[in-house]
Amino acid sequence: MNLAQHSNGRPYAKFASKCFALLCGFCTLLSVSVLLLLLWNVFSYGWGSLSWNFLTSWPSRFAEKSGIWSALIGSLYLIGVTAVLSVPVGVGAAIYLEEYAPPSRWRTLVQINIANLAGVPSIVYGILGLGLFVRMMHLNRSVIAGGLTLTLVVLPIVILSAQESLRAVPSTIRQASYALGATRWQTIWHQLLPVALPGIMTGVILSLSRALGEAAPLVAIGAATYVRFTPQNLLTDEFSALPIQIFNWTDQPQKGFHEVAAAGIIVLLVVLISMNALAVLLRQRFSKKVKW
Amino acid sequence: MKILNGYAIVLLANLILVTGCSKSAPSDSDTFSSDPNATPTGSIRIDGSSTVFPISMAVAEEFGEAFPKIKVPVKQSGTGGGMKQFTVGEVDICDASRKIKDSELEACKENGVEFVELTVAFDGMAVVAHPDNDWCDCITVEQLKNIWRPESDGQITKWSDVNPDWPEEELKLYGPGTDSGTFEYFTEAIVGEARASRPDYTASENDNALVRGVAADKGALGYFGYAYFAENKDQLKLLSVNNGTDCVAPSEKTVRDGTYAPLSRPLYIYVSKDSLTRPEVAQFVNFYLDNVDQLSGEVGYVPVTKEVAEENAKLLQAALNRS
Repeated sequence: MNLAQHSNGRPYAKFASKCFALLCGFCTLLSVSVLLLLLWNVFSYGWGSLSWNFLTSWPSRFAEKSGIWSALIGSLYLIGVTAVLSVPVGVGAAIYLEEYAPPSRWRTLVQINIANLAGVPSIVYGILGLGLFVRMMHLNRSVIAGGLTLTLVVLPIVILSAQESLRAVPSTIRQASYALGATRWQTIWHQLLPVALPGIMTGVILSLSRALGEAAPLVAIGAATYVRFTPQNLLTDEFSALPIQIFNWTDQPQKGFHEVAAAGIIVLLVVLISMNALAVLLRQRFSKKVKW
Repeated sequence: MKILNGYAIVLLANLILVTGCSKSAPSDSDTFSSDPNATPTGSIRIDGSSTVFPISMAVAEEFGEAFPKIKVPVKQSGTGGGMKQFTVGEVDICDASRKIKDSELEACKENGVEFVELTVAFDGMAVVAHPDNDWCDCITVEQLKNIWRPESDGQITKWSDVNPDWPEEELKLYGPGTDSGTFEYFTEAIVGEARASRPDYTASENDNALVRGVAADKGALGYFGYAYFAENKDQLKLLSVNNGTDCVAPSEKTVRDGTYAPLSRPLYIYVSKDSLTRPEVAQFVNFYLDNVDQLSGEVGYVPVTKEVAEENAKLLQAALNRS
């Protein structure tokens, strides 16, 4: 008998404890079953449309000829641009806020703002992106404009998760590093970042996964629905993305397109799962290396 | 070094994402011939009505097979959204499920945007009920107006309120949301004033949601594009509409010859004359008119009559000669 089960012969407490365990188990079951139901629904509907042809064809007015190539590549470009832009800026901001900025009212203000921005609905960033990047900076509906908009969406989350990881490094490590005569830069680069890296990368990849599934900000900046080319020039070429393509297919009257949409959802899920798997892999790889 | 390795991996991952994705156009259609000598390049911007979108998309698809070097991304911000960009010259072609408005015409003049209006297809609006509805086969325009006008809000709630012969079944209304061109056209045609509608109905921008709603509700009455009825014939009952002379059900024939009035409407594309000076746009619009007859039928619309097609060709020729 372990400690949790030990209840000193109080029957009521024992009963309550069992009930609570049951309740928690039920909650788990409920959330998992909803997910399973969703997966089953999507897979049973879309599995038949999934093929190599579907992956490598352009979209079409015929459901059976429709493919997801331009949307898939568009999404990958977008995520690439978003990663390149959001990682350095986000991690840099996190390092500044955690390691350099002295505690002050200004710091608190910035901190509260970032936390608030993380909760702003993504459509708001879409409208901002339309005004700022598409119209003011004349980037039109290019991949860069889309990537910049998605960067706005994920940046607060990247900063917050990177801060969280930096904060988790024991302060004794910092003090020991300074005691040995290391500069602040040396301490951050050689001691803090290697330890915080798995956490930072997990945060980055999870927020990029979120960006991958975002449709609203892309619709707001005017991403194209029908595209039969892949972007060659990130600054000028228009793009489509997986969520937009899926949304468009569900909107069509023909049943065939609804099946194709389900197949598109499977593709999106596979990309998401691969990204999350990458996060887990990186985390395991790098956490093993830290030895104090 | 450890940390450098870490960044190297992140960078590498980005590189894999960003590069390694170039591909030539898959081509599997030879229905539409192209001139092998001319390989024009460029990009054509199309935005506008989501009703016209399937037609423009179909044309862009075939055009892409014929001229793979010309990029034709098609968007659907709605007729209003497309017009907003068209009047300032941001797009070359605007898909429209209604005629250009006076205010938009004004904006075009202000910005020096001249255009040509081409009728590319006809669309019928289907008025539908639940298949178990055995009391109503034909509904008059007057009755529809009585049901949908703003004053009926909360007043007409049962089928018997519309016609005493009908049962006391609750009347549940389904229709497109207020951003939709279909909503605008229906209210104008039935109520007599664009955008005037009772607010207490189930509205959705997604027509498939309307189909599901009507199919699950015995007292339902709804309206949406005919294509959505055609794909769900087994779940819905199509009502004929009586405009004072006869009960007419929408079909390819009645929509095209205009007897299914007032719920059949023409669909347009507006082409900027400035854009027509670019060879790729001229080529695309020519291609559009040449193939829209077949393509509009394939995506569920009614092709235009011969007279309209001839008128289109004349308008385009005049615009091309001028520019």
